[in-house]
Amino acid sequence: MSVANYFDTMNYGPAPESDNEARDWLAGHDGSFGHFINGAFAPSADGATFETFEPATGARLATLARGGGQDVDAAVAAARKSQGPWAKLSGHERARHLYALARALQRNGRLLAVIEAIDNGKPIRETRDLDVQLAARHFYHHAGWAQLQESEFADHAPVGVVGQIIPWNFPFLMLAWKVAPALALGNTVVLKPAEFTSLTALLFAEIATAAGLPAGVLNIVTGEGETGGLIVDHPDVDKIAFTGSTEVGRLIREKTAGSGKSLTLELGGKSPFIVFDDADIDGAVEGVVDAIWFNQGQVCCAGSRLLVQEGVAHLFHERLKRRMETLRIGSPLDKCIDMGAIVAPVQLQRIEALVKKGVEEGAVLHQAKLEMPKGGSFYPPTLLSGVQPTSTVAVEEIFGPVAVSMTFRTPEEAVQLANHTRYGLAASIWSETIGLALDVAARLEAGVVWVNATNLFDAAAGFGGKKESGFGREGGREGCYEYLKPKAWQGLKERKTAKLPELKSVANDFAAPPVDRTAKNFIGGKQARPDGNYSRAVVSAKGKLLGEVGEGNRKDIRNAVAAARKAAGWGKATAHNRAQILYYIGENLSARAGEFADRIAAMTGVSNANARREVEVSISRLFTYGAWADKYDGQVHNPPLRGVALAMPEPQGVVGIVCPPEAPLLGLVSLLAPLIAVGNRVVAIPSEPHPLSATDLYSVLETSDVPPGVINIVTGSAMELGQVLAAHNDVDAVWAFGDAELSAEVEKLSTGNLKRTFVDYGKAIDWYDTTAAEGTLFLRRATDVKNIWIPYGE
Amino acid sequence: MTAKTADRSAREAGLQNFAADQVVTGDSHRGAANERDPRSGAPPSNPPSSNHWPRNPGMALDLGWVMDTRVNLSATEKRVATLPGRRTVKKDAQAAWLLKALTCIDLTTLNGDDTAERVRRLCAKAMHPLRPDLIEALGMGGRRITTGAICVYHRFVATAVEALDGSGIPVAAVSTGFPAGLTPHPLKVKEIEASVADGAEEIDIVITREHVLTGNWQALYDEMRDYRAACGDAHVKAILATGDLKTLRNVARASLVCMMAGADFIKTSTGKEGVNATLAVTLTMLRAIRAYEERTGFKVGYKPAGGISTAKDVLNYQFLMKEELGREWLEPDLFRIGASSLLADIERQLEHHVTGAYSSFHRHAIG
Repeated sequence: MSVANYFDTMNYGPAPESDNEARDWLAGHDGSFGHFINGAFAPSADGATFETFEPATGARLATLARGGGQDVDAAVAAARKSQGPWAKLSGHERARHLYALARALQRNGRLLAVIEAIDNGKPIRETRDLDVQLAARHFYHHAGWAQLQESEFADHAPVGVVGQIIPWNFPFLMLAWKVAPALALGNTVVLKPAEFTSLTALLFAEIATAAGLPAGVLNIVTGEGETGGLIVDHPDVDKIAFTGSTEVGRLIREKTAGSGKSLTLELGGKSPFIVFDDADIDGAVEGVVDAIWFNQGQVCCAGSRLLVQEGVAHLFHERLKRRMETLRIGSPLDKCIDMGAIVAPVQLQRIEALVKKGVEEGAVLHQAKLEMPKGGSFYPPTLLSGVQPTSTVAVEEIFGPVAVSMTFRTPEEAVQLANHTRYGLAASIWSETIGLALDVAARLEAGVVWVNATNLFDAAAGFGGKKESGFGREGGREGCYEYLKPKAWQGLKERKTAKLPELKSVANDFAAPPVDRTAKNFIGGKQARPDGNYSRAVVSAKGKLLGEVGEGNRKDIRNAVAAARKAAGWGKATAHNRAQILYYIGENLSARAGEFADRIAAMTGVSNANARREVEVSISRLFTYGAWADKYDGQVHNPPLRGVALAMPEPQGVVGIVCPPEAPLLGLVSLLAPLIAVGNRVVAIPSEPHPLSATDLYSVLETSDVPPGVINIVTGSAMELGQVLAAHNDVDAVWAFGDAELSAEVEKLSTGNLKRTFVDYGKAIDWYDTTAAEGTLFLRRATDVKNIWIPYGE
Repeated sequence: MTAKTADRSAREAGLQNFAADQVVTGDSHRGAANERDPRSGAPPSNPPSSNHWPRNPGMALDLGWVMDTRVNLSATEKRVATLPGRRTVKKDAQAAWLLKALTCIDLTTLNGDDTAERVRRLCAKAMHPLRPDLIEALGMGGRRITTGAICVYHRFVATAVEALDGSGIPVAAVSTGFPAGLTPHPLKVKEIEASVADGAEEIDIVITREHVLTGNWQALYDEMRDYRAACGDAHVKAILATGDLKTLRNVARASLVCMMAGADFIKTSTGKEGVNATLAVTLTMLRAIRAYEERTGFKVGYKPAGGISTAKDVLNYQFLMKEELGREWLEPDLFRIGASSLLADIERQLEHHVTGAYSSFHRHAIG
């Protein structure tokens, strides 16, 4: 085309970014790469390889080593060997390493951006302006946490050797999100990049080496799913951090169950994008572009479910369709496009199949008639409107440039539709009314909420999901805890399984018996007879029958969970109100301290003085959490924008508690109190051998104004009821303390809805040790941090 | 009759409100192949001739619409901040786009020390904005390349009309007590009439900012109606002085009211406010123009003024025009740029395109 031709048509014309340096880099390695283990590149021990392709053309890019058992062993061994010395460096020394990495990333920014675009298919604009920038920012931010670690996290230690498995949608950024906090806080890493997109990780290994990172601190093993599995299964890995599909996340949870490995899972989403009738409609339309046509829609937190208020739905959709006409798809290296290529043919086929299904199920398909590049894996921006909630595409994550849309009538209905999903990663709200926007933000079940914005990320604000979108946070102070473990829980001893006393038979006499007290379950504020109508005997340390309690079964658990679910108002009660009730429980318990002490002594055989102490510490613990209830605040993060990100700790919802066998009152109170202090409702299984302290508590709870359903207690077998709780898909979290087998079962069965678990692997916490048994360690486990981003300005 | 059908019938009936010899600039489209721009989805890339579009007749003040208008600042800023990464033009395309921008410039002098000779010099530059050898080298020989208009105070309208005689370049007069707009209303109307009488074909009026700042939309509508009426066949550009209005909400509402009152163009600034044209203000005004067309079928032009001084800057404005409004809004009948130093930078960039060597201001005629 000539100048004159362009002058007449005013077309844009090609604007290619040069890929010479990137191709030179590939050629310099003869298009073939090994693993990066202990500071050096090495081929797989068995010589296995696989190939990686360029999404925009389908051409082969490079041959990569396929990691096997020996490679993973070597990488973990190198990480293990270097972890001690790395953690022993001062925070400042590690900060200097992280700072050097951040600077090195910036120096190599363009090369990283171009290779990422070639390897993944995403536009150079995004890799250059977002992926690489945010990655560098992550290293700077975490250099800061390394510097501050000794003062800010004095009561925590690094987790150790961390296995990290990252996805192909943001290959380099996800590396940064994983590697920066891990290294900053004294851990060492074995990282497996996604098989489609390993190149920037390998380039990063070179950059890190040049920047002086010690050998063994960062190890990269390339490969496919099996290689990831080897890392997950490796006995010498202390933690797995995974970002990817919910399906694989579930598998990892199952495989690591009972291993004691700590886990962070960043999984899928079907995030709502809610447009109210008082929104800046054009701003919201543009928001959709950033929500679902960013990175070809291959974004876990993509705003893929448009919920539009009925009154503006027509206008909104018309403007959205118009906007779609002006999107441009092209070579990832073209600087004049909005969308590049889908990462691989298999992903393209999945998108095509899901869209076909959506249309078959009644959705109205709209695709802009755009000029599509020839060859390669490309898919046009797509809108499926009139989607019914019953449709597959309304439920399933498509992970492509496909938005589905439906309408709502009221804010209530918007919240209901938005939350009606297994996922809970992110949400976007568009309204110019502050009261409406913030109210809805607070009510959405999502780890990240953007008000009048979408897909904002920063190292200073935690990112992560609720529900089946996974758990753990990346970024900010909340993200640091994922790479730390409490010093107070280090070196815990195996729980001694006390032998249960056997009931000794005694001859009855003619003395009038005490009035029979048969403890039932405590469900929805009422004492309820157990469904099975069986009882179990409670025997004293001396073998005497102390009473009988209900033999709770799965239906009792079902009823208790239903009652807890109904008590949703507790999470919305004021913190002051929750504090008052915790104090009140303490007050009423205090009034009956002698009776509770006698019961403890009778059940457990401890001395009267010790039993009295257990009651007193329990009262104190109730006071501790009464105190915390209105003080466990969030944070206001300072991401680089005119606005704030509010990091708000939110209750997890309905939490199952399996109490430890020991300390029948204090164990229960230590788990119950932090959970209800922050607004959870609980279903508690009391100490299996000594349940009467819990059943005695019913009347205390009844006189303490605890709303019905906030605390539910079902007596019976810890293992059996724990299993039912762990498998219950309407329970948001389970805390289980007892033997190692219980921990393993609970973790394994938690996969149905990926509930949060907090277990002790059979290692007993000393409930009298306030550093180990109360305070923020527990409150943090009782909450998820939601980050609400609120840009402002008029 | 709906707005759309009104639009169509107006065109079919040839109800063209201004003469064919007005705003005849950048007439490249006459020779253009009638191809569609596949990406913009725009109607014929064969650009509309300057008298192709029916003139915006205005409509009754619709206060409900005005008050419903909402603009989110952060979302607006995000769009304009990411646009330069999404759109760019290189090499021949860039030269063509800059040349197009040149044809949209309202070459302006609005200074207290203006004199007749100064204005004549500017008119000469408007007629010959680019060295003929460069036009030739760009393969644009035979095309008439001029700026969009000359923009002066009323005092120099007659001088400019005379100097530009036969060139087809219209003279625009700033009016209504420019730049503050606080002279008595009857005088403002008289000022417009005087400029039209002197041969101005375009009148750039300034609105009374007080009306916006106090939410007196009816008063704004009324004064704008009067200005439009006083202009007669001359086109009226409404200067909002966005730097004084401060908020994008004010900008959006004022834009709508002025269009409802019959503005042919809406324009950002006098060039005298603390802040002049910005991309955020531009996006807001373009979306108002789009909404107005959506509802009435009439196309209103846009003129950013002040602060656009480099070739790089002006490209971003052009991208916004094309992306938000479409291909038609890249031609001088719907897009003007109020600028004084932009032309010189475009000249340098075009010479660089031709020769490959960076240029210097003194290698191009002064304006």
